[in-house]
Amino acid sequence: MNHKPFKIIGIGVAFSPNLKANLYEAARLSLLLDSKLLLIHVGDSSEEKKNTIQEILKPFEAKNLNFELVFQAGEPVEVILNTVIKKRIDLLILGALRRENFLKYYLGSIARKITRKAQCSVLMLTNPSVERIPCKHIVVNGLRDDQTEKAIQAAVYVGNALHSEQLTIVEEITQDELSLTVDDDKSLRRVNLMKEKLKRREDLRIQDILNTIPEDDKKTITIKTQPIFGKRGYSIGHYAKVVRADLLVMNAPGKMNFWDRLFPHDLEHILTELPTDLLVIQ
Amino acid sequence: MSAKKNNIAIFIKTLPKNIFSGFVVSLIALPLGLGLAMASEAPPIAGIIAAVVGGLLVSILGGSHVTITGPGNGLVGVLLVAITTLGIEGAYAAIICSGGLLILLGFFRMGKLADFFPSSAIQGMLAAIGLIILGKQFHIMLGNKLSLDGSIDYLLAIPSTIQGLFYYENMGLVYAALSGIVSLLIMALYAKIRNKYFQLIPAPMWIVLISIGLSYYYELVAIQPHPIDPAYMISGIPSANEIVSQLPTPDFGLFASIPFWTSVLALTLIASIESLLSIKAVDKLDPQKRRSNVNRDLKALGLATIGSGFLGGLNVVTVIARSSVNVNNGGSNRSANFAHAFFLIIFILLFSTQLTRIPLPALMAILVYTGYMLASPTLIRKIFSVGKEQLLIFFTTLLVTLFVDLITGIAAGVIITFIIHLFINKSFSLFFRNVLKPNVLMFKEEAGNYYVSVKHFCSFLNFYKLKQKLDNIPEDQDVVVDFSLCEFVDHTVMENLNSYQDLFLKRGGHFEVIGLDLHGSDSEHPFALRRVIPKFSLLSSHHTKRQTTLEEIAIDYKMQYESEKSENTHFLDSFLFFKTKNVENVYNRLFNSENTFTIFDINYSEGEFIAKENVRTTMLHIKLNHTLPEFTLDREGFLEKVYAFAGFKDIPIENHSDFSKRFYLLGDNPEQIQSYFNDEIIHFFESNPYFHVESNGTCLLIFSKERVAGIKEIKALYDFGKRLKQVVDNSPFQPA
Repeated sequence: MNHKPFKIIGIGVAFSPNLKANLYEAARLSLLLDSKLLLIHVGDSSEEKKNTIQEILKPFEAKNLNFELVFQAGEPVEVILNTVIKKRIDLLILGALRRENFLKYYLGSIARKITRKAQCSVLMLTNPSVERIPCKHIVVNGLRDDQTEKAIQAAVYVGNALHSEQLTIVEEITQDELSLTVDDDKSLRRVNLMKEKLKRREDLRIQDILNTIPEDDKKTITIKTQPIFGKRGYSIGHYAKVVRADLLVMNAPGKMNFWDRLFPHDLEHILTELPTDLLVIQ
Repeated sequence: MSAKKNNIAIFIKTLPKNIFSGFVVSLIALPLGLGLAMASEAPPIAGIIAAVVGGLLVSILGGSHVTITGPGNGLVGVLLVAITTLGIEGAYAAIICSGGLLILLGFFRMGKLADFFPSSAIQGMLAAIGLIILGKQFHIMLGNKLSLDGSIDYLLAIPSTIQGLFYYENMGLVYAALSGIVSLLIMALYAKIRNKYFQLIPAPMWIVLISIGLSYYYELVAIQPHPIDPAYMISGIPSANEIVSQLPTPDFGLFASIPFWTSVLALTLIASIESLLSIKAVDKLDPQKRRSNVNRDLKALGLATIGSGFLGGLNVVTVIARSSVNVNNGGSNRSANFAHAFFLIIFILLFSTQLTRIPLPALMAILVYTGYMLASPTLIRKIFSVGKEQLLIFFTTLLVTLFVDLITGIAAGVIITFIIHLFINKSFSLFFRNVLKPNVLMFKEEAGNYYVSVKHFCSFLNFYKLKQKLDNIPEDQDVVVDFSLCEFVDHTVMENLNSYQDLFLKRGGHFEVIGLDLHGSDSEHPFALRRVIPKFSLLSSHHTKRQTTLEEIAIDYKMQYESEKSENTHFLDSFLFFKTKNVENVYNRLFNSENTFTIFDINYSEGEFIAKENVRTTMLHIKLNHTLPEFTLDREGFLEKVYAFAGFKDIPIENHSDFSKRFYLLGDNPEQIQSYFNDEIIHFFESNPYFHVESNGTCLLIFSKERVAGIKEIKALYDFGKRLKQVVDNSPFQPA
């Protein structure tokens, strides 16, 4: 396991009312993860802008925050994606928008494009704030996927860094996997037996992944597994919302084509209605 | 292997009961089959053929347990159109095709089809069918054969037919009308007469028996021609030989035409909806709490429909009234359905000529009553209590169905429901954006219960997603359904959840709906649409004389009195007596401070639809602080002798032949009961008036008659219960 997966954290800076909250979150995270913070502003450089940012980050400088400002004019999506590659950013922070009147969040079109194409992990913040909100409960997916191992490892790492109390690994069991439908009492019994079997199998698989994580990392955090029945990639967001998780960690999606966009699945669903802070592991 | 052997043993043991039940059902199926076929303008025998083919095939191949299959009343409207536009041979071809479609529905697991229709729209459609049946047959019932264009015209002509009644010059017509009216009265008043012997034969069969009896009276005793006009007697009942020799040839000539396929689609739609709704309702009545395999049933029904079509019969559907009669008479597996078909064959073989002695108006009275039950004012009042918007949906569907046709009607119902939902939420995007999303999450919480969370909205459009999850949960488990993330829940969903709630409670589970309080406080959702627990405001301030007396008794006996209706009746679920009955509510409750002694009036129903009988009675419920064996005790009577033939067994008590002769004692564990009934208990029962006494292990249920008790009777009931409790408390019981 890569012991320090997030060496450089990047954040797009726009001079919006949310600026202070966004910068505070990013700076705090950089300190906690012991990484360098890269502030990317799409636009021309100016002394005034520099001063504003430096003013905001003053309290963190005292704590030895290592940060760098990047100014680059151009098309936002391209600028940010290029910077990610050029500067070898490991984790990109994006702010989510809030739907009017409702406690519902979603990603703007720019952020969504970036999420799809970014070559690094992406953290989407639903509710950036100046004060620190403790991250108590992390939910991570346990999909049957090559990426899952990495996602779980990263979740444990982040959980330790943020002093989280609980980590729940969610195994999604879909109807297709059951390959049986309930018609009557007999098939109901069979389906439930099958579910138990699948649950045990999934548990074993997750346990194998957990075994790769050093014991020390698992000491302070309670790790649980939870099988849920729903649509793959979507219901986990629903679950995170129901248990009021503070952070959801997910695998990056595989390559997407036109049809995936049209009939959204996996990550796409979650992007349209962010249940909570979301970390997509690349 | 032993489990299988055991099943066979149980099957053989319950066979007599099932045959008996099938016999009773066939008594209803015979007149109904004839009537439904004639209402559809098919030859009368077509209905019987459908029942026979359906009973034989579906009982062997089907996936449900206590349902009865045969011609359905919902189909009358569609069949009528099919037969008038395609001709009878063409209609048979349409029936065969719709059977094929039903099989396909079964294979594609479209058993959930009925879930896609708003419940108020379905009720509107059924009410329209009821009015179509009623409107058409009403005139024949009163001896006035008409032939008009639309179903609306028939309804509008009803007043003039009633007027015309007083101007008949032909006495034959007067007698015809008279037979119709008397039959209608029999149908309507049957449930009111709680006499065991009278109730042994179902109302439609009484009509048949009385008609045939009268006809013989005129022929043999009075020796004069039958007074009813010969045009108003059933005609064209072929003998068994003729049925076989005169098989119709379905005419597929119109196969490529549009009317043909409209008919096929309408037949398939109505047949599947009627069957699915019936199966759902009958599953709730099944005392053994089994779950039906609806898709398998659909396939079997489809096959039976094809068979029936080739033999000159109508569509085969699952029918609710006959099925509930089956459950009430002890039918416990599919052999009852088979037996019902078998008895129908025997009736036709032996008595087909007798059937021509039945006057047409008498038969049509049965249908008029059926139609009335489908569109009864009680139903409309019930829908109105849910909300005005449901009434709008109901009437839109009803009127469009009457004026245009069935498919347009149900489509209009769906559209108006959706428009109302848009209007209530003032948001199109809520539906548009979320309709395809998998909005239901289910997982098992650590405590072992299932948790189901629903997001966005839940209405008839996406209820199937929730249903699919709920169907995956065994009914003896605990379930919490959370709507706190859901912005809108419609009436169809609430109603379905309510029936899930009943089902889970009946089968020992627990089903809770949470997260709707928020909606209630939000003025943007003025929902009668969420009427989980409908509140009854009845009897609020105006007490009747009986109620004031009850209040006095309460003070006298140091008890408390509540007149309000309460729907919390689940303490009754575990009593054998209520296994096949539906408790509506209890009211006028008298109870002591510890709640161990409760006297209450109760409202329950037996059967469904036209076989539905509402009963009100007064009962005493005693909670004991010790256990005793489960048993049922009643007076010995003729009915019990009949049931004894059907496999129910009276438990004899040694050395007390008088007791055994006078009382009828039932229970699952005879040894336990025999040892528990000691001399003291037996002497107590022998020296006291008869009551129906039932024990569920920890509580006693006592009542005497199937009607509300008077003040004096309540006092007697109270006294009996108090003394019985003393005796029972003194008799120790050691469970084995």
